Amino acid sequence: MGAAAEPRFHVLAVDDSLVDRKLIERLLKISSYQVTTVDSGSKALEFLGSLVNDDRSSSDALPSVSPSDHQGVDVNLIITDYCMPGMTGYDLLKKVKESSSLRDIPVVIMSSENVPSRITRCLEEGAEEFILKPVRLSDVNKLRPHMMRTKKLKDQEQESQEEPERHGDEIGLPPPPCQHELETQQSQDPQTQQIQQSQQPKSGNNSNKRKAIDVEEGLSPDRTRTRYNGVATF
Amino acid sequence: MLGWGVEFLRAEMNRLLSLLFHQGVLDEQFLQLQQLQDESSPNFVSEVITIYFHESEKLLRNLRLLLMDKELSDYKKMDIHLNQMMGSSSSIGAKRVRNVCVAFRAASEQNNHAGCLRALELLEHEYCYLKNKLHELFQIEQQRALASGVRYPAQHD
Repeated sequence: MGAAAEPRFHVLAVDDSLVDRKLIERLLKISSYQVTTVDSGSKALEFLGSLVNDDRSSSDALPSVSPSDHQGVDVNLIITDYCMPGMTGYDLLKKVKESSSLRDIPVVIMSSENVPSRITRCLEEGAEEFILKPVRLSDVNKLRPHMMRTKKLKDQEQESQEEPERHGDEIGLPPPPCQHELETQQSQDPQTQQIQQSQQPKSGNNSNKRKAIDVEEGLSPDRTRTRYNGVATF
Repeated sequence: MLGWGVEFLRAEMNRLLSLLFHQGVLDEQFLQLQQLQDESSPNFVSEVITIYFHESEKLLRNLRLLLMDKELSDYKKMDIHLNQMMGSSSSIGAKRVRNVCVAFRAASEQNNHAGCLRALELLEHEYCYLKNKLHELFQIEQQRALASGVRYPAQHD
């Protein structure tokens, strides 16, 4: 976007075992991720809650932490052990997916036990992957696509938020694979994207936008129409 | 003759590692640990193993305490400790220790006090053996690091 250094992905690792925390931390750092480790689900939520306090007020019951040194810090992925005392990894997964501010963060579950029903439960609840311990470098390599996909979605959301109108529904609409296709097209031409989005009959200030649309339509009508159809279909 | 020392020590390390693999004391996960060690984290393996030793000894003590009174043995608590030990042993590649934990857990699930005692004895034995061998490994590694620190003008790695 204009940052001097390539921003690294930030992973939050949750495990009650110190040995495993050391291991996962090293695996993630070697893969060039920024890492924060915590030893419980509740501490994970505390940390995540402190991030949320920065930009917008959280509408869900996350514990508030004074937002001192987490300014602008993002978490791109949560990787958590399943078996933990108190809040299990599954409980944490549920809480994250129930939170309006956190549900877009991909969650990966780790477990030392291969229990098919457990795996199914987690995937159904929204976990991206289920990794069997001991975790290896090859497992960590599988994490990047999840972070990239979500980051792309976030960048899209940020771009559209710069618009005077609010285009909530088309962002929230499609399941990941379709959205990915959509954003691939949109990212090619941000100009046309802005105009196409303003076609949504949301605000009363349509006149100026409509003029812009007419101009753009002259330039590349097909692309605009295709995209609009793409949104409408979903 | 320090150049010869480095090679000798490296061979000694490999010999010991091979033995431990052959005996099933260590498995492939231990190699994974070694691969995570590099210049940016030169003591990674020994750091993790040291944490493992501390945790394991605490768990073994707790297990022993839990088994002291036959009537009041808290098998649920034992399970928790065993799961922790199983997990960390698996994470560092301590295969035999992990396997004894599995057998121990089976006895605990049956509330089999005598079986648990036997399993604990075996677990302590396996853990001691592992600890001694890993210490040996670290000593050789340290000597090797010291020896290879000395450079002669025309020396090649």
